[in-house]
Amino acid sequence: MSLQLQSIARTVGGSTHLHPVDALLEPGLHVLLGPTGAGKTSLMRLMAGLDAPSAGRVLQDGQDVTGVPVRRRSVAFVYQQFINYPSLSVFENIASPLRLKGEERGAIERRVREVASLLHIDHLLDRLPAELSGGQQQRTAIARALAKDARLLLLDEPLVNLDYKLREELRTELRALFERRGAVVVYSTTEPLEALTMGGSVLVMHEGRVLQTGPTAQVYHNPASEAVAEVFSDPPMNLVSVEVRGGIARFPQGLELPLTGHLGTLEDGAYRFGIRALHLSLRPKPGLPSLPARVELADISGSETFVHVHAEALDWVVQEEGVHEHGLGEPVTVYLDPTRLYAFGSDGRVRAAPVRGRGG
Amino acid sequence: MDKIENNKAWFLVLPVFVIVAISAIIPLMTVVNYAFQDIFSPQDRYWVGTEWFESVLADDDLHGALIRQFVFSFVILLVEIPLGIALALAMPARGWRASLALVLMALPLLIPWNVVGTIWQVFARADIGLGGWLVNALGIPYNYTNDPVAAWLTIVVMDVWHWTPLVVLLCYAGLRAIPDAYYQAAAIDGASAWKVFRYIELPKMRGVLLIAVLLRFMDSFMIYTEPFVVTGGGPGNATTFLSIHLTKIAIGQMDLGPAAAISIIYFLIILTLSFVFYNVMTRMGTGERA
Repeated sequence: MSLQLQSIARTVGGSTHLHPVDALLEPGLHVLLGPTGAGKTSLMRLMAGLDAPSAGRVLQDGQDVTGVPVRRRSVAFVYQQFINYPSLSVFENIASPLRLKGEERGAIERRVREVASLLHIDHLLDRLPAELSGGQQQRTAIARALAKDARLLLLDEPLVNLDYKLREELRTELRALFERRGAVVVYSTTEPLEALTMGGSVLVMHEGRVLQTGPTAQVYHNPASEAVAEVFSDPPMNLVSVEVRGGIARFPQGLELPLTGHLGTLEDGAYRFGIRALHLSLRPKPGLPSLPARVELADISGSETFVHVHAEALDWVVQEEGVHEHGLGEPVTVYLDPTRLYAFGSDGRVRAAPVRGRGG
Repeated sequence: MDKIENNKAWFLVLPVFVIVAISAIIPLMTVVNYAFQDIFSPQDRYWVGTEWFESVLADDDLHGALIRQFVFSFVILLVEIPLGIALALAMPARGWRASLALVLMALPLLIPWNVVGTIWQVFARADIGLGGWLVNALGIPYNYTNDPVAAWLTIVVMDVWHWTPLVVLLCYAGLRAIPDAYYQAAAIDGASAWKVFRYIELPKMRGVLLIAVLLRFMDSFMIYTEPFVVTGGGPGNATTFLSIHLTKIAIGQMDLGPAAAISIIYFLIILTLSFVFYNVMTRMGTGERA
């Protein structure tokens, strides 16, 4: 089935939760990416039919389902919290949507065992939700959603309350599970990395608007605007205001960068240049332009170090491989790779993007 | 670490020991003393063993009071728990209406117990009380001072009025603690209102219901002030509950030995039943397969 949104919007008591959204979701995985408060949950509730849109229409396979209550649609929903029926066993939890549909006993039994084994909870069928770990509880909730075999499966930040290790494991499993289904799967997340791992197509959301849609990797490499680049980058894309005149970009720090390659076509004027943290370096790279800055904070995460640096009119984050110690206020030189620079116009639209081929 | 610090720590728990000793242990042991001895004065006392227990256990008045007490507590739980749940479900969830409902619900709980008794004593009077007069005006003969059924009804209605709000407030708090996502999940599953209640709200309220049942059982089993003010245990012995019976023996007749024996029996009944309730209800939610 396909789900089509025709300028659906939602306003509650005068405040706009969602600006008109147009989208056509074909069977497959769609990632809703955006920071908290971007309107992801609002949009999913409209897709499910839990809320009615203030304007616009929702079409399933070309049929208008805007006013159809959720119980008469084919929808399954997985929440950020682990939502299971507290007094029912794992088996009964997974079976509950099937029982409500009035399916026969044998079919229910088969389906529950099948889904439970997909999610590796077949040995827990007799337990109560309260007797399970967080990961197992969420597996149960996902199993319940899958058992229903709904044509629209919505997952609202399902892995957010799980620990890092478990999240990676379940993420990979889920991707495999979704690939085999003919349903429209919508998966929301705040994490760019999660969106990239899940693949599929992406809808980037920010402040109640869908900013850009497209295949996930493509949107990552070719953000249409500064806002998309910031949302779909972790840490957020580093930005700086520059002045371009006669094929040379002047950075506020005095750096003058002759523009070549994909930047060569920029006309004179004011721009915002953006570059991802992993394309900056604190170690000297021959031939690369550099800026002087001071260390504000060094954040070690796993095997990487995120160094927050400050210079006039610029706060950047540099991603370094390995663990590095940096003193507060230590002067450093930031090397940047001009082939990885994005250029945005004063309206926020992208003017030039790096040519793909190497690096991420 | 070193010893001096450890010794000082005892001073911190000392207040608790003192309070528990004065409020619970010493009075209880005094009662035990009285229950097994015949005490005329601190110097003049005789060991009687289980004599007091044997005599009170054979006493028909105690049997009557005990049966009345059990029936009363049973009726109270049977009415107040379902009614409390129903009212909590019907209460608005948010906005000024919720605040208003909460204040109205809390009102009876703020009134001193003897005042509640006095209010109902006057309100239910057949001659000058608004409630009693109205019932009679409707053609139903009602006078709690000479009709045992009317007296019982009055006490039960009064207790329901006084204490159901406690059950409501507990259930209401339990209901508000259920995340909205549960209701959405149920709506998506297509669950009926009954199924939502049975499989989401009721299990989620188990904790607060356990507290409500325990509190209402213990309190109703110990009820004294209100029936004492309204009926004084009458007409006849119709509303002489266990505590009223006990007071009659202890203060009215100054039979301290039998009174102490009754007190201990009374205490053991409440302790045992609370223990049973607690265990049954904590298991109910976990052992259940529906």
